[in-house]
Amino acid sequence: MSDSLIKPRIERPSLSQTIEAKAPLLLVPVLMVIGLLAIGSGSTWLTLTAAGLAMGMMIFIMASGLTVIFGLMDVINFGHGAFISLGAFAGFTILGLLGGWIESPSIALNLGAVLLAVAFAMLVTGLAGYGFERLIVKPVYGQHLKQILVTMGGLVVTQQLIYVIWGPDEIVLARPAAFQGSFVVLGAAIEKYRVLAIVIGLALFVAMRLVLNRTRIGLLVRAGVQNGEMVEALGYPIEKLFLAVFMVGCALAGLGGVMWGMYQETITAHMGAEVMISVFIVVIIGGLGSIEGCFIGAMLVGLLTNYTGFLIPKLALVSTIMLMGAVLMWRPQGLYPVVKAH
Amino acid sequence: MIVKLLSGDRPRSKMLSAVLLLILFGLLFAPFLFPGTRSLDTAARICIFIVLVASYDLLLGYTGVVSFAHTMFFGIGAYGTAIALVNMGASYSAIALGTVCGALVAGAFAFVIALFSLRVKAIFFAMMTLAVASAFLVLVSQLSGFTGGEDGLSYRIPREMTPAFKLVKEKVLGVRLNGKLITYYVVFFSSLCLFLVLLRMVNSPFGRVLQAIRENAFRAEAIGYKVVRYRSVATILSAVMAALAGSLMALWLRYTGPATTLSMDIMVDILLMVVIGGMGSMYGAVIGAVLFLLTQSYLQNLLGLLQESLGSLPIVSEVVSPERWLLWLGMLFICSIYWFPKGIVGRLRGT
Repeated sequence: MSDSLIKPRIERPSLSQTIEAKAPLLLVPVLMVIGLLAIGSGSTWLTLTAAGLAMGMMIFIMASGLTVIFGLMDVINFGHGAFISLGAFAGFTILGLLGGWIESPSIALNLGAVLLAVAFAMLVTGLAGYGFERLIVKPVYGQHLKQILVTMGGLVVTQQLIYVIWGPDEIVLARPAAFQGSFVVLGAAIEKYRVLAIVIGLALFVAMRLVLNRTRIGLLVRAGVQNGEMVEALGYPIEKLFLAVFMVGCALAGLGGVMWGMYQETITAHMGAEVMISVFIVVIIGGLGSIEGCFIGAMLVGLLTNYTGFLIPKLALVSTIMLMGAVLMWRPQGLYPVVKAH
Repeated sequence: MIVKLLSGDRPRSKMLSAVLLLILFGLLFAPFLFPGTRSLDTAARICIFIVLVASYDLLLGYTGVVSFAHTMFFGIGAYGTAIALVNMGASYSAIALGTVCGALVAGAFAFVIALFSLRVKAIFFAMMTLAVASAFLVLVSQLSGFTGGEDGLSYRIPREMTPAFKLVKEKVLGVRLNGKLITYYVVFFSSLCLFLVLLRMVNSPFGRVLQAIRENAFRAEAIGYKVVRYRSVATILSAVMAALAGSLMALWLRYTGPATTLSMDIMVDILLMVVIGGMGSMYGAVIGAVLFLLTQSYLQNLLGLLQESLGSLPIVSEVVSPERWLLWLGMLFICSIYWFPKGIVGRLRGT
């Protein structure tokens, strides 16, 4: 018998398969090019693209928490919007107290105020997330119907509590002096705040990928997404991991809330529930549970909203729904479906 | 006879029967028992919401599907009637045409949404309907040429249905028999019929399959029922019923706008009504709607009294302020999901 009969055969994916797998990555550049062709003017396009990317980054910050929570725990938190509002209110409270820092022309003081506001907002929403998980979500793990209902109830109650604490009126607050106004690049005006949003969003995306792919915690989280029971069987406290991820997800919602609030310069208790529409669309487009999909989805939604908002203002939100429909026809589970081993 | 009308679905509890009879007679004689425009308006709203909530229960309680697009269908019905009345003038044919068109459009929308999302998880459907309904709300607010935008549509209805029309010159039992009263009874009897139809549906073999799907979709499929098909039909039927309720609303208010028909607040209200009243029982919808709408009107007064007596304590008095009634109902909602998932009806039946 010669050994040469059994040869290991390594299947290489064909070119078309590779393209098919990587195709979602092309969507964002393709959309940008289509936008450029439809808009015509280069400088307008640049402004809109910057606005779209900034909006996409902020939506990504809010959506990433939701999608990781779903991936790991199979929980969709319909009350996520309440944390967005809560974060915005907590952050604005700090900004309101530091009025002197905000108005001063010094960038250091401005940044300091923003950082403090963000830190406080994340602290508040993280702690609120702890309470929310223990009181509202924990008793209904594994029961989707009850989860949806109960987190919706949590949303209503939290919104009302915001009214109780901060009063029923909206809060209007100008952005810190350093982030007002805009740069002019190639004849296009780009708001400074949008650049900040893009930087923070990108940093967060890179950090999340690093944590998930390079650290032990990330390894456990990814393993939990694939098969929670197995992780538990190997002796890791999956419940504590759940709780920690839930709190981080809520803190991210808080961060997104502050940023969104500073972007709009007006906050209401309902703002979270309103942004949640885009967040849900992003999460569905990206595939429930996938960070990369969520990121691409958020960019697509941000860009498309701004392009159509300029071309056909009335269809801005409807166009994202149509995008969602198109993506689902192409990939019924979203761009990057998370494979679960059940 | 009565059992037949109820499709054999008896209340199964003396207490519940008594409450239901009280509600029925209360609504039937509402104009005479509780004179005044505000209470008549509350009564008409209760009738309409009973149908709306019951049609939602068909989906949530019987089929186990969570949809957030129910107000969209409600709105489509209302706008159908409203647009027909605006464009064709105040005639009965306009009402009929608008109602039928509204119901058809709602059914078609429901069909498309069902096609897209019922194959996958319940969560998907919930998120998808939420997104679509919100986009629809924004679209309606912006297409002002067609829908009146944020301001909505005001229109006239046939003269026989307006307060200006007098049936009898004198007052009967202290109540003017005018067109408003006729409209009220149109709303009341239409709602009653629609409710009985819904009761018929859930107690038919079709309804039993829906409940089987709710309990165990996999098993229902294994027995040979096409789960997706049944779920889609349930979605469409509930959308059509919601649209019909919307038409009644349009007729009653003589005004249709985003805030009265499409807003997410109404969606949350419907959810609260279904769950507090009792999921999976049509009578739960009745109890939930009555309780919620009465609370909406009268809990605020009660909270106002409480606030006055607690006026000195800063945070506590905020919590019991009349505007915070939803806080209390929201907590009741969460508690009822945990501790009595069959709602008030389940409690009354002692299960």
